[in-house]
Amino acid sequence: MLQRKRCSRQARREAVSAYLFILPLLLGLGVFNVYSFGVNIYYSFTNKSSFGIPNWVGLKNYIDLFQNEKFYSALSNTFKYVVICVPCVVILSIFVAVLLNTNIRGRGVYRTLVFLPAVTMPAAIGLIWKWIFNYEFGILNHLLSGFGIEKIAWLSDPEYVLLSVCVVVIWADVSTRVIILLAGLQNIPDVYYEAARIDGANSAQIFFRITLPQLSPSIFFVTVMEIIGIFQIFDFIFLMIPRSSSGVSHARSLVSYFYEAAFQEYKKGYGAAITLVLFLIILVVTIFQMWMQKKWVHYE
Amino acid sequence: MKTQRKYRWLIHLVLILLSFFTLGPFLWMVITSFKTFDESIRIPMTWLPEVWQTANYVEVWHKFPFFRFYFNTFFVMAVVVVGQLLICSLAAYAFARLQFPGRNAIFLFCLSLMMVPGQIFTIPHYEIMVKMHLVDTVTALWLPKLFSVFGVFMLRQFFLTLPRELDEAAKIDGAGYLRIYGQILLPLIKPALISLAILTALTTWKDLMWPLIINSSYDKLTLSAGLGLLIGEHTTYYPLVMAAAVLAVWPMLVLFFLLQKHFIQGIALTGTKA
Repeated sequence: MLQRKRCSRQARREAVSAYLFILPLLLGLGVFNVYSFGVNIYYSFTNKSSFGIPNWVGLKNYIDLFQNEKFYSALSNTFKYVVICVPCVVILSIFVAVLLNTNIRGRGVYRTLVFLPAVTMPAAIGLIWKWIFNYEFGILNHLLSGFGIEKIAWLSDPEYVLLSVCVVVIWADVSTRVIILLAGLQNIPDVYYEAARIDGANSAQIFFRITLPQLSPSIFFVTVMEIIGIFQIFDFIFLMIPRSSSGVSHARSLVSYFYEAAFQEYKKGYGAAITLVLFLIILVVTIFQMWMQKKWVHYE
Repeated sequence: MKTQRKYRWLIHLVLILLSFFTLGPFLWMVITSFKTFDESIRIPMTWLPEVWQTANYVEVWHKFPFFRFYFNTFFVMAVVVVGQLLICSLAAYAFARLQFPGRNAIFLFCLSLMMVPGQIFTIPHYEIMVKMHLVDTVTALWLPKLFSVFGVFMLRQFFLTLPRELDEAAKIDGAGYLRIYGQILLPLIKPALISLAILTALTTWKDLMWPLIINSSYDKLTLSAGLGLLIGEHTTYYPLVMAAAVLAVWPMLVLFFLLQKHFIQGIALTGTKA
């Protein structure tokens, strides 16, 4: 009896301490995540603008959204970014990571160089590439003219503008993903490779039968990160494609559209509705990925 | 992994091409920043500046409060890093080592928040800052960024790897939970704390949308947002813009060269512990 009492007093003391320890986090998440999430849903049903009290408008924002051509182009552009960038980034990162994992001379230098974009702010990357892509004086058009290729308006021609953004995304993202994959490669035990070589496996067999399956958890993770990241693509579009550009409707993503609506046109209720659509898309993708993971990833 | 000799030169070739592809834009930024405006738009194009003149740097430095940009960026980074480490590690300790009713439910609920894209919170955060009269202040830059579920998740994983005997022994010696956390367990997960610090610092360093939305005065901006605004105003004066870009990227590149091992561990950690 006494024992149990002391035990429960002890347990209560532990619980109280624990609640105190998680209190700062829960307060912050409560205000900046839970409350904010609720408020955002509420806004999406109102005509909230910059000032004044928002009025309830029911589903009007969502109806407007699905009748707006800009929304459909932003939606389809976003999917195009995902479809183009994700495979390129993932495949290139695997390729680069495998190369950087060979015991070749000077790989420390190669690694450092390849990692540079991972620590550079997108704002600067966007500016640099905007200059590279410049129609009249850009170095890219200059280099291409050496091959007899006519000048291309990379950042305003509707045919190229989305691809140009993709190039920058790939350039910037491969770097971070390589770091994660390299760590994954270094965790593969050497014995697997030795055993395979003794059995007379060639490089291709080793890559497809050992490296790839062993690396699949990291590859899966990198793919998920990349998909979710690209669904939220904004920085490079904002920096490189001015709103006055004739290519803007072919480059605008969902998040760019959200930014324009909520913070340039001050239609915040409408903006909130866009973010909820984005949330639902990401939710569906996440659930799909969890389901895929079971089939696809090789865990020890 | 051993590689056959005949492939070596091929690997070198590919890696050199790749390095050039990554390094090229950086080099072009630096070269352009030393050119005069006339040189930058000369046709046919010239590769190197005739004179490596620093006038662009002087002009950009005088035109924009770069000193404020540096100060704001590093101040916000420091506050967010220290705040997150403290808040996350305290909560992570509780979730990993202490028993309390509702522990798993609360933790799972926190985890589910990780699935929500940040833009969902942007408008409400803005409105909260309006209510708190914090729009266009440095405080607004860091306040909503202090609470990271990812940080809690990651540190919890590390706390879980430490042997339980540590807590038990300390408890017998009469240490309270705060002492066990601060003096015994926290020093043991120092590598994880460093990694989280670097990740958080990088995220803050790169963030563009939030500072751009919440602040508009030049002296309340970060480097990233400063560049974002500058692009609208001086977009055709590329030597000037490139000088600004150089001024904005070098601190993190230097930090990266100095602390490369920690940077790589930090970024790699996002993948291995998931």
